Amino acid sequence: MDHSTYAAIWFFLWGLLWAVYFATDGFDLGVGMMLPFLGETEEDKRAMLKSVGPLWDGNEVWLIAAGGVTFAAFPRVYAVMFSSLYLPLMLILFGLIIRGVSFEFREKLDGAGWKKLWDACQFTGSLLPALLLGVAFANIFAGVPIDGDGAFHGTILTLLTPYGLLGGIFFILMFLLHGSLWLCAHTEGELLARSARTATILWPVTVLAFAAFAALSFFATNLFANFLAHPLLLAVPALGAAAAVSAMFCLKKEFYWRAWFSSGLFIICVTFFGIIGLFPDLFPSNMSPEFSISTANGSSSLLTLKIMLGVALFFVPIVILYQAWAYRLFSKPGPSGEEGY
Amino acid sequence: MDTLLLSRLQFAVATLFHFLFVPLTLGLSVLVATMETRYVRTGNPVYLRMTKFWGKIFLINFVVGIVTGISLEFQFGTNWSRYSIFVGDIFGSLLAIEATAAFFLESTLIGVWAFGWNRLSKKAHAAVIWLIAIASTVSAYWILAANSWMQHPVGYEIRNGRAELTDFFAVVTSKFAVLQFLHTVPAAYILGGFFVMGISAWHLLRKNETDFFTRSFRTGLALSLVMSLFVFAEGHMQGADLAEAQPAKVAAMEGHWETSERAPIYLFSWPDQENQKNAIEILPVPGLLSLLAHHDMNASVTGLKDIPRDEQPPVLTVSLSFKLMVCLGILFILQTLYGFFVRNRLAENPRFLKMMVWSIPLPYIACSLGWIMTEMGRQPWIVYGMMKTSDAHSATVAASSVGITLVGFILVYSILGAAGFGLMAKTARKGPEPS
Repeated sequence: MDHSTYAAIWFFLWGLLWAVYFATDGFDLGVGMMLPFLGETEEDKRAMLKSVGPLWDGNEVWLIAAGGVTFAAFPRVYAVMFSSLYLPLMLILFGLIIRGVSFEFREKLDGAGWKKLWDACQFTGSLLPALLLGVAFANIFAGVPIDGDGAFHGTILTLLTPYGLLGGIFFILMFLLHGSLWLCAHTEGELLARSARTATILWPVTVLAFAAFAALSFFATNLFANFLAHPLLLAVPALGAAAAVSAMFCLKKEFYWRAWFSSGLFIICVTFFGIIGLFPDLFPSNMSPEFSISTANGSSSLLTLKIMLGVALFFVPIVILYQAWAYRLFSKPGPSGEEGY
Repeated sequence: MDTLLLSRLQFAVATLFHFLFVPLTLGLSVLVATMETRYVRTGNPVYLRMTKFWGKIFLINFVVGIVTGISLEFQFGTNWSRYSIFVGDIFGSLLAIEATAAFFLESTLIGVWAFGWNRLSKKAHAAVIWLIAIASTVSAYWILAANSWMQHPVGYEIRNGRAELTDFFAVVTSKFAVLQFLHTVPAAYILGGFFVMGISAWHLLRKNETDFFTRSFRTGLALSLVMSLFVFAEGHMQGADLAEAQPAKVAAMEGHWETSERAPIYLFSWPDQENQKNAIEILPVPGLLSLLAHHDMNASVTGLKDIPRDEQPPVLTVSLSFKLMVCLGILFILQTLYGFFVRNRLAENPRFLKMMVWSIPLPYIACSLGWIMTEMGRQPWIVYGMMKTSDAHSATVAASSVGITLVGFILVYSILGAAGFGLMAKTARKGPEPS
């Protein structure tokens, strides 16, 4: 295999890491955003936080891995993308910081004000990343004003186009749906009923938002070119549609685990819809196609790509094994007196 | 202020704050794992209570360490984009491997450990904390290997305007990385031990749970004693390697200006970089610097004057950080040795106990000084001898953006620090749950 094949493999692994990140951290961000709304009593809130408490940290590492792989396999993309999207990325980080500690801090003191403070952090810290990741990816799909030196010609306001904002709203909805289905599978009684009702309402809204996002993508981006050139690739969005239908079907039948799993598959297919459409660019420029950073002009040396592939092929299956074990271990709601945060 | 200065400040704030929490994670994980293992082996409930009490503090500290680490990884791309392009091939891959090979394990298992008391067997639960301790340590190795490459680049070739990897094995097993690991991680274990000893001493002075805290104190003491002796010996070996890899840093550490044989170490010196000499020099020990740097009293040691002025690190900062760190290291040895001799009559030594309470911050200071010396001593280089810090930052990011986020970091981190340390202090003061 030559350098460009390795770079192409890494392009899709890069996409896969983002997809897995959205599918895993997506539900705990969703739960965080719903904390003030679904958590009517202190007990509800605790049950919600406890359902994601054991897993959010492991989920977030997929983001670290996605970031690390961008750095290692596509250093120019890492440098230009992250410095161009400077403020949104910093806001995502601040969000993730205050959200992460709120899990641990919230339970340590009893005062109502204290709990309110960390609930607010949990909410804001979940909303900001969901919104801004959506805005960022929509902008990546549409192309960003970068010149041949990778210098960004714009401000944070440049990113807040109608298409960018729709991307943000769609991400929020997608994560809310994913989170509410997670709660269906991990809570009991009144909270479960409320989560199921929420999911039932969110489903059509999310599907509509995706339809609007896809339609607007046709005009705002170049995502469809690859699909039109290779219609077989349409299998990915088709699988996504099937996963969305399956999520609704399983929700109706009260197969909550399967509903959640379907919604995770939907997220992965949606991400790959964008990733396939983007190929071979990782960070397209809307100033001129020749300024775009692609797998060809953005990747690492062949040796680094090879070593990294070896590391990934060895460790990622192991990671998936022990994460699956952790998910299984906490698949059922624990006894009410159970320890934790 | 410009983007460069603001980015440097931001990185300094982010790393030093992050590193207030990392060493305790490393040290306390080993101590908690030891306690839980003793519980599994003896069935003595006091060890279970110890595990839970120290584990609670461990978790508060752990989470702050994790969330502040995430922002660090992204700062290379946001604030240091030219550096990232130049070294991504090597530095980036080390960070990516750290995430896949260690950080995933640590972060997945921490939830299992915190929430899994009723869902796992006793043995499996104890195994989980050991895996967390091991994964944290492995994690530290990859990060230190990445840092060591900035300090002493190996296994690369300059191609296509960047450093490209030619020998992965050389990068991963670089002597610099191994020595830095053997210094940093044991130092973190010392910190963990002092933390446990300090809190235990506070309770022993108040005659709370004497048995519980005597056992805790001795667990911390054993680790800190062994590790402070080890770190001291290891520091010597590191000195020789450093003299070879970074002569400017060694010269700055000792305020050594003229290249000379039988180079001395001063008991006290105050470097004056402006005039390229020491303003104060007290009690030289001739040949000692030569001995440390080259294992030979008569060897020649490069002086700062033979390094171009604009390639000298900030000498006073490096020198003071180094000397203070060494003094603290010696103090830790004396404290733990004394502790070893009075370990069976701790209650009769209130003055020693009081000193140990006040000593909790000292290893934190020593660790921070170590990093200040390491990072400032590398200046003006970001990659030693290859790329200057002033050529590394994201030139296209506006100073205002970096300024705003710097204020954001300071605000968020102050609140996090206050809440995190406040909760740890409160939990520590409250003592263990009644048996």
